[in-house]
Amino acid sequence: MITYLEAIRAAQSKILADDPRAYIYGQDVGEFGGAFKATKNLAKEFPGRVIDAPISEDAMIGSAIGAAIEGLRPIIEIQYADFSTPGFNQIVNHAATLFWRTQVKCPITVRLPSGGTAGSGPFHSQSMEGVYAQYPGMVILTPATVEDAYSMLLEAVAIDDPVLFCEHKYLYYHLKAEGLPTEALPVGKARIARQGRDVTVVTYSAMVHECLAAAEELVAEGYQVEIVDLRSIKPIDTDTVLASVARTGRLLAVGEAWPWGGVTAEIVARVASEGFTLLDAPPRRLNAKNTPIPFHPNLWGTHRPTAPTIARALRELLRV
Amino acid sequence: MLDTAPVTHPATVREPFAQAYRWMLLARLLEEKLANLYRGGKINGGVFLGKGQEALSASLGMSLRKGDIFAPLIRDQAGRLAFGEEVIEAVRTYLGSRLGPMRGREGNVHRGRPQDGYYAMISHLGAMISVVCGGLMARRLKGETGAVGATCIGDGGTSTGSFHEALNLAAIEKLPLVLVIANNQFAYSTPNHREFACRDLVDKAIGYGIEGHNVDATDLDACLRVVGNAVERARSGHGPQMIVANLLRLAGHGEHDDAGYIPQELKDSPVGRDCLKLAECALLERGWMSAAELETLREETLRQIEETVATVQREPAPDPDQENWCALSNESLDDLFVAR
Repeated sequence: MITYLEAIRAAQSKILADDPRAYIYGQDVGEFGGAFKATKNLAKEFPGRVIDAPISEDAMIGSAIGAAIEGLRPIIEIQYADFSTPGFNQIVNHAATLFWRTQVKCPITVRLPSGGTAGSGPFHSQSMEGVYAQYPGMVILTPATVEDAYSMLLEAVAIDDPVLFCEHKYLYYHLKAEGLPTEALPVGKARIARQGRDVTVVTYSAMVHECLAAAEELVAEGYQVEIVDLRSIKPIDTDTVLASVARTGRLLAVGEAWPWGGVTAEIVARVASEGFTLLDAPPRRLNAKNTPIPFHPNLWGTHRPTAPTIARALRELLRV
Repeated sequence: MLDTAPVTHPATVREPFAQAYRWMLLARLLEEKLANLYRGGKINGGVFLGKGQEALSASLGMSLRKGDIFAPLIRDQAGRLAFGEEVIEAVRTYLGSRLGPMRGREGNVHRGRPQDGYYAMISHLGAMISVVCGGLMARRLKGETGAVGATCIGDGGTSTGSFHEALNLAAIEKLPLVLVIANNQFAYSTPNHREFACRDLVDKAIGYGIEGHNVDATDLDACLRVVGNAVERARSGHGPQMIVANLLRLAGHGEHDDAGYIPQELKDSPVGRDCLKLAECALLERGWMSAAELETLREETLRQIEETVATVQREPAPDPDQENWCALSNESLDDLFVAR
């Protein structure tokens, strides 16, 4: 069995072995192996190519841009996605604009350990993908499975544009697979995580698993829920979403990020404007609460969508 | 090492002094032309002059060589030219020609050819320093040695977090980085005492554990010597080099700014001297150029600029219908729904 975290480590090991242009730069990634051990033993296996960075996210991203200009493929590990904000300027104003301004490609991969875990609190739990997706010039990946964590990270480093790789910390140890995949859907293609005829749930990352559990709850009530795992939130595979809504006539978009704007709003907007006549009921969204992310597990468990709250939202939507 | 010794001996050979003067003059006259075009309503956006900073900037551009990395800032027209920028690249960018390096997507000082080591600045001050650091880290990872990376900032830019993070990173990695700080006394309108409280900006070098140098940027001899020395020290393995140059901006922040906040006493003080005029006097005094040669050089330089501007003014502007509205190099990864 291999965990989501081990898949990320294995992908980085393969990248370093296969591509001499790749290197890893981040806080504590060297001999220590990373705060989550995503780079365990890699410094030993690849001397000089897994480099400890000072606590300087702005300079870490800036340096990656320079290295990319010089033809390398940096992987930047930001310790928590929340700490990408000090590097925000270099990500959105520099990496994301470089090719458009200069025609020089900027193939950097920024790993953002994202999302909440019990007890992590306001500054170690955030989901930043929607904020970054607002800016043009980047690819944003949100793997929900062990297989995708592996194959999408391989693909991220191969992409010639800046990639934000939003790996979910809750899945690091919880999620296991039999082994590493040998083939994968390409980046930009969504996946039907569960087939159903009554309602479409569009989601991504750790919320895929909460939605799968909610769908199981509804089986006993006679409902078949279809779940679309977006995999990539920029680009969004709008066709797969619309095709699913065409089959079910109902849409619930679920995300762990905050409710103002973001991925779920984008999904609802697209379906409303392109697939209005496919809908038998008003499209709905379910997101985290509109407060900072609380520390205590009791509060955190209610702050984000979970299987019971998703099931409740689905029941309401199915009754319309 | 704090190199604060005053310059006591002028350059003893004609070159590189005369060559530096040529770059300075070309930059000055080019920027005067651009300012005229701006006042005539021929340039969209702003025009930002390096007037008073040419000796420093030209010295840096000339101290670098092919294969080095250079990330100039807004007042580095002279350095850009000395590093290899063609006059037409500057004019095309300012006038928004479709044929320019930025193709109308970017204007004025936001230009470069990163593939040639000539990085294109973004507007956020301090951002380029870590990018140059990364370029140098890449060279090292690729096993390439001997290259230097240089970038420039002003007194105001030293107040940014990016400045601190990048210099600290450069020091940790012992990178061959040359950072030129042009202290032109004002960050837009804000005087030094509202930007920093240290005795001298060069003292910051001690805090980072890197070598620092002072230079009087009105003095071309001093600039060539101090900047050239710093570049050589970076190249020969002495780690990051900080140069703090003292000068006065002899223009507004941009051509929209009359710089009424600069006191007359400062303009009349030694820091307010014009480096170009001082270099011209030195050329005459030392017998390196005659008044007639200077006049000929000026006329030829003006003609080159006028011809270039005339050429660019006939070039096509960007066409929104021909524009590729995709920010990704891999167009298949563009989000088709929002790309329309």
